[in-house]
Amino acid sequence: MQPEPILAVSGLRTVFHIAGGDVVAVRDLDLTVAAGETVALVGESGSGKSVTGLSVMGLLPRGIGRIAAGTLRLRRKSGEMVELQAIGGEALRRVRGNDIGMVFQEPLTSLNPVYTVGEQIAEPIRIHLGRSRREAWAQAVRLLEDVGIPDPARRAGQYPHELSGGMRQRATIAMALACDPALLIADEPTTALDVTIQAQILDLLARLQQERGMGMLFVTHNLGVVAEIADRVAVMYAGSIVETGSVTRVFAHPRHPYTKGLMRSVPRLGEATALKEAGTPLPTISGSVPSLVNLPPGCPFAPRCPYRIDACVSAYPPLADTGEGQLSRCIRWQEV
Amino acid sequence: MLHYILRRSAVGLLMLLALTVLIFGMLRLAPGDPIDAYINPSVPMSASDLGALRVRLGLDQPLPVQYFAWLGAAVTGDFGYSIQRGGEPVLPLVLGRIGPTILLMFSGLLIATVAGIAAGIISAVRRNQPTDVGLSVLAFVGISSPAFLTALLGLYIFAVMLRWAPAGGMLTPGAPFSLTDLLAHLILPASLLAIGHGALIMRYMRSSLLEVLSQDYVRTARAKGVTEFWVIVKHAVRNALLPVITLIGSTIGIAIGGAIFIESIFDWPGMGLLMVNAVLRRDYPVIMCATLLTGACVIIVNLLTDIAYAAVDPRIKVA
Ligand SMILES: Nc1ncnc2c1ncn2[C@@H]1O[C@H](COP(=O)(O)OP(=O)(O)O)[C@@H](O)[C@H]1O
Ligand SMILES: [Mg+2]
Repeated sequence: MQPEPILAVSGLRTVFHIAGGDVVAVRDLDLTVAAGETVALVGESGSGKSVTGLSVMGLLPRGIGRIAAGTLRLRRKSGEMVELQAIGGEALRRVRGNDIGMVFQEPLTSLNPVYTVGEQIAEPIRIHLGRSRREAWAQAVRLLEDVGIPDPARRAGQYPHELSGGMRQRATIAMALACDPALLIADEPTTALDVTIQAQILDLLARLQQERGMGMLFVTHNLGVVAEIADRVAVMYAGSIVETGSVTRVFAHPRHPYTKGLMRSVPRLGEATALKEAGTPLPTISGSVPSLVNLPPGCPFAPRCPYRIDACVSAYPPLADTGEGQLSRCIRWQEV
Repeated sequence: MLHYILRRSAVGLLMLLALTVLIFGMLRLAPGDPIDAYINPSVPMSASDLGALRVRLGLDQPLPVQYFAWLGAAVTGDFGYSIQRGGEPVLPLVLGRIGPTILLMFSGLLIATVAGIAAGIISAVRRNQPTDVGLSVLAFVGISSPAFLTALLGLYIFAVMLRWAPAGGMLTPGAPFSLTDLLAHLILPASLLAIGHGALIMRYMRSSLLEVLSQDYVRTARAKGVTEFWVIVKHAVRNALLPVITLIGSTIGIAIGGAIFIESIFDWPGMGLLMVNAVLRRDYPVIMCATLLTGACVIIVNLLTDIAYAAVDPRIKVA
């Protein structure tokens, strides 16, 4: 029997109330992350990846976004199980930054420009662990060292604008890990960085996750990154998970036309040059992501799908078990 | 930081110098011969006597020479003699009046800043709720009512009808000096002076804070589990203050104009009346000295806001 996961999301439905109607940004989402496991959430921009992360954190924009259905169960560091959607503001605040750490996409704008890096890392340690200013600062310096920042004692006293992009992202990682969380949510942590820095940050996250045995929910739109860092992957399209399974399985045998299309549009090593010389453009998925306002009843991918049949547009397909824990939301998965 | 302050002070000094050139030039461009002020029109004077007087006063010299002669004297504190007041030295005359004006001005500015920032924060946090709407309407009224109206209305309501505060003056005549007496006289004119400025500061603070609250680092603070109170006070307000500090510095001139006006309504013994009379009688030495000292005040306040800005924002290069 598998150990109880750190995070178990089931039936999550997140709705944005905006002028012009309700937007169902996340629909019927099931997801688990176990201790020591990395689960990647992958999909095009606007598919609902960030909203999923923010739903877990309880950080949906107030007055606009809300969790309309579903349960989000978290195993806290203490072993206590809590239902995040039900515990309410103050209890949720004690979980944020303490049991769950979060790293965002833009390292520059995610740090407060008017406080030192050390102060910002020390803050959650003071809040959640009740340490003194001095102890928290010392801990912040150790964390900066852990995330590979040279001369951490000096860097702690500097302001975000005095650090390079890669170093800033290391600092935000240190901040997310400050209270030794059970779960780390990383929302496109490498997207804003140079390629060489991207690889370093990925290595860093993988190492820290191994050392600390935490669960990691890794959001990205880049399949190459998924292959590098994740154990399992969930592919999102228009707010739904359309396929999920172990990275090896899904990459070897995609069972959903969307996943297949995504993989075809990522060039393999050396393939891009070959295609360029041959004059053929990189294959892409034709059409565009549907509007989430008033989605049609059937499969959201149907309008762009080469496998479409009449049954696809009439009913929303369930997740079908294709074996070995791989699930596909396609009624024709056997033919894909 | 010290280096930065010194550099800003040097710039302030240069601005002051530029101001003297400007004032000197403008007064000389004004119509009328400055010598007119020195002669009694009912006593006839020969052209040669007039010429001799010109030479004695240095008015025959080229303008730059006149300017440097004036500047040289001014640096030693000699601003000449008042024409309208039978040769009283100008500096003690102006200095005696500038204290009450500065007191009034800074009290008004302090009230405007504290109240404006506090109201702006409350308004932004309670966005679109009744408190916010109420405060925004008040701010709109404050900005759009003319100062003479609010001043007279305030005087009438609080001093005449309600009798909460004295109607004029700075101290009760004949009574021994006491701080409470001074404050009682100060509070009403200073508050009225603060209305327009405070309303402006509030609107800036509100929109600046709303902008900051949508920034990524505010979300980061929440993601760390910072309480909502500290998210606002520690993470958002300090960033939101930056444009407001600039506003306060750049509108200080308005506060001075307002102070002079309030003084005349509340019979406040400041520079207001002195300056108005000096302008009417073309009392150049007084005008120049008063303008220069007022300008110095503006430059000092700007210097202070620059320093405040640097203290709040570490991105300002202070080294
Ligand atoms: N603040 C918001 N207001 C309204 N709608 C939003 C907001 N944030 C996200 N959405 C909706 O949720 C969808 C998914 O957004 P998001 O999760 O940010 O996508 P991504 O997969 O690129 O992270 C968007 O396409 C949009 O329709
Ligand atoms: Mg996103």
